[in-house]
Amino acid sequence: MSYDTVVIGAGLAGLTAALRLTEQGQRVLIVARGVGATHLAPATVDVLGYVAEARVESPATSLAALLATSQDHPYARIPADQLATALAWFSARAGGSGYAGSLAENMLLPTALGVAKPSALAPRTMAGGDLRAGGRFVFVGLQGFKDFHPTLIADNVVRARLPAPITARALELKPPPSRVGDLSPRVIAGRFDTDNLGDWLVGALEHRVDPDERIGVPAVLGLRRAEETWLELEKRLGRKVFEVATVPPSIPGIRLFDALTRALRTGGARIVLGVRAVGARASNGSIEAVDVVNATRTVSHQTRSVVLASGGFATGGLELDSYGVTHETVFDLPLIGVPKADRVRFAPGYFDAQPLAEAGVATDDLLRPIDSSGHPVYANLHAAGAILGAAVPWKEKSGTGISVATGYAAAEAILAPHTQPLSEAVR
Amino acid sequence: MNDLIRDSLDHCVKCTTCETYCPVSKVTPLFPGPKYVGPQAERYRGAGPSPDASVDYCSGCGICTQVCPQDVKIAEINSRARAKLWEKRGVPLRNQMIARPTVIGRLGTPVAPLANWALRNRAVRALVQSATGIHRDAPMPSFAGRTFQRWSRSHRGEPEAPAVVYFHGCGTNYYEPLVGEMVVAVLEHNGFRVIVPPQDCCGLPLQSNGNFPAARTYVRRLVAHLAPHARAGLSIVSNSTSCGLMLKREAHEILGLEDDDLKVVSDSMYDLCEFLLGLHERGALRTDFRSLPMKVPYHAPCQQRGHGIGKPALDLLALVPDLHMIELDADCCGIAGTYGLKKEKYEISMAVGKRLFDDITATESDLAACDSETCRWQIAHGTGVTAVHPIELLYRAYGLDRSDQPELVMAGTELERVAG
Repeated sequence: MSYDTVVIGAGLAGLTAALRLTEQGQRVLIVARGVGATHLAPATVDVLGYVAEARVESPATSLAALLATSQDHPYARIPADQLATALAWFSARAGGSGYAGSLAENMLLPTALGVAKPSALAPRTMAGGDLRAGGRFVFVGLQGFKDFHPTLIADNVVRARLPAPITARALELKPPPSRVGDLSPRVIAGRFDTDNLGDWLVGALEHRVDPDERIGVPAVLGLRRAEETWLELEKRLGRKVFEVATVPPSIPGIRLFDALTRALRTGGARIVLGVRAVGARASNGSIEAVDVVNATRTVSHQTRSVVLASGGFATGGLELDSYGVTHETVFDLPLIGVPKADRVRFAPGYFDAQPLAEAGVATDDLLRPIDSSGHPVYANLHAAGAILGAAVPWKEKSGTGISVATGYAAAEAILAPHTQPLSEAVR
Repeated sequence: MNDLIRDSLDHCVKCTTCETYCPVSKVTPLFPGPKYVGPQAERYRGAGPSPDASVDYCSGCGICTQVCPQDVKIAEINSRARAKLWEKRGVPLRNQMIARPTVIGRLGTPVAPLANWALRNRAVRALVQSATGIHRDAPMPSFAGRTFQRWSRSHRGEPEAPAVVYFHGCGTNYYEPLVGEMVVAVLEHNGFRVIVPPQDCCGLPLQSNGNFPAARTYVRRLVAHLAPHARAGLSIVSNSTSCGLMLKREAHEILGLEDDDLKVVSDSMYDLCEFLLGLHERGALRTDFRSLPMKVPYHAPCQQRGHGIGKPALDLLALVPDLHMIELDADCCGIAGTYGLKKEKYEISMAVGKRLFDDITATESDLAACDSETCRWQIAHGTGVTAVHPIELLYRAYGLDRSDQPELVMAGTELERVAG
């Protein structure tokens, strides 16, 4: 089959690029070994949370400080106005009631451990948990729901460094029994969708929570109608209600994946999971076809452009082999940030700065991977997301921001030379 | 190869992505999920017995393997663990029986009216349930009373035309011979001569019911029939997505078969829609379609997605004027071959399929399309909607339906639906 763009990877970066291209009328194929980190991460868009250990109040103003020390950082390829455009575009597409927040300031949202995590954008169902507001918080746990301990969250958030004083307490509720025994996030979310667990929650909370308390519940308010459930809870309880990210799997992340893939399918894009892109056929410095291994054979998909969004070490876009050599796994692209053979790759402490963590591809301003002399490896190959080098997303709290920004920018780079008319599919 | 499959569990980072997708663990506590039962429990399955029996509740849909970002062969590991379990316990008679569609087909075909009556009779089905453990409400297809093999032996194509080999599977042979005729008609319309070698079951039901030795025997026998054609350079097409996948990959990866015949057959296997779309890409597919002004929801079965070929049926049907296909995103219909037939699993299978049934019902269409036969029977059972193979829509769009075929028979209506 012949496509305008083949996107390799179905994580946030790949889906963002694919949807932007599909909306602009391109015929897009997404191939991926599996789903990406959407199912694990809490679906917030963290643009920039920390620069050199200092918490960032405003990503918009702190980006310059980050880029001053790191010219190869993926954000160095994104003009400031395009970053804002990308976030606004994303907010409008990422599911039901959309996203709150902006580049101007970070919210501080509680994690399942009660850490105040800086995020630029968050689903509206989570945004009410912004700890900067101060005041009284109550965190609600569900008996039998593993790895979500409201007491731990409450104890930790009051210790967090916050602009306004807060108090927090914990409540543990016993959900009505169901035939599905194991209370995984997936199972509880399903019960919110079908068993009206929202009604039960209102009844269980209305007399146990003061009028000025904000109510934090685990982020399991449903998959298909979470926004309705959340709006209903706020209305009937007359208080601010917000979802608190759980440990994986992430229900808001699955909602995000579902919203993006639904929009892709509606727009006519094709998504194939469980296959492996293994290389390309190129001529005159351009990729003409991407080779994909399916159940029994390798198929060449002809294409005009390619977006490589295969992720970093965690999802197989990069690989460290048993000889200590680091590879990009699809095109064997040149990498930056790889420590030389005689240097340390790993520091002893888990949370130390890990030298190998900055490995990845370097790109030009069109996000095209470049070689050591600065030339694009292929004229029509663009990279997005965790495959990009010179960033330390877990430390900067920049991973989802980089994915959305570079996914969008890769799509724009592909669209720019032809400037095609908007298709009717744009909603 | 065997070890590569098992060793893939070392790639598991416990991310739980598979657990979020597993359609079975979502609806029953009896299956704790693919990660627990697969990469985790597998470490305790040495030479000794399996650490727990819950692996039997895995339906084998394969979605976990498809979504795993680390290439862990979760479904394959679980399928083998299930076989190990039944090797110890002995595969029960019921499972031995429903896992042999050719035996059932040969028994039922000559007495089709009687067999079909019995399959629709509530009292008989209640008896069957208590005697064998096949659920009284489980969707059962009707015997056609004739076989596709027999039809194909009397059918004459264009002798000079380039040849393609057709692996029709048991569903087509005993229950839906009309579908097979449509496949042949569409291939002939596109200038092929269709070779239908003698063929038997691919062994998939035996594999999923844990009888690997018998499954291997069936695979070897089948590929011995198909391999000479593959060696002659011919393509083999199949309209049964699960049987096709068995020959493409599963017989090798799950049964661990290393066999030259299997290898050459795997390399030549194409899903029917994959093959037709390939023709279209080369400009070799006829596109003289007439208008089919219909709205039809389409479900790509789990095993179809396991091919890694996208959804070629949708690309093909997009060529038909005025035909509007609605791509559904539910994961699984629940039947998983023979899983949903079993007394203790029927309700699980219906709960798994509920999302798909609801989505189909919501389209208000009286027709749905789906590539896999057992899934079609389950969809018809769960929704009351007629479910057809996409080839049937192409067949109609080509105007190949004959005057002796009632308007919009749609092979699925041969299936009388059990009240659901």
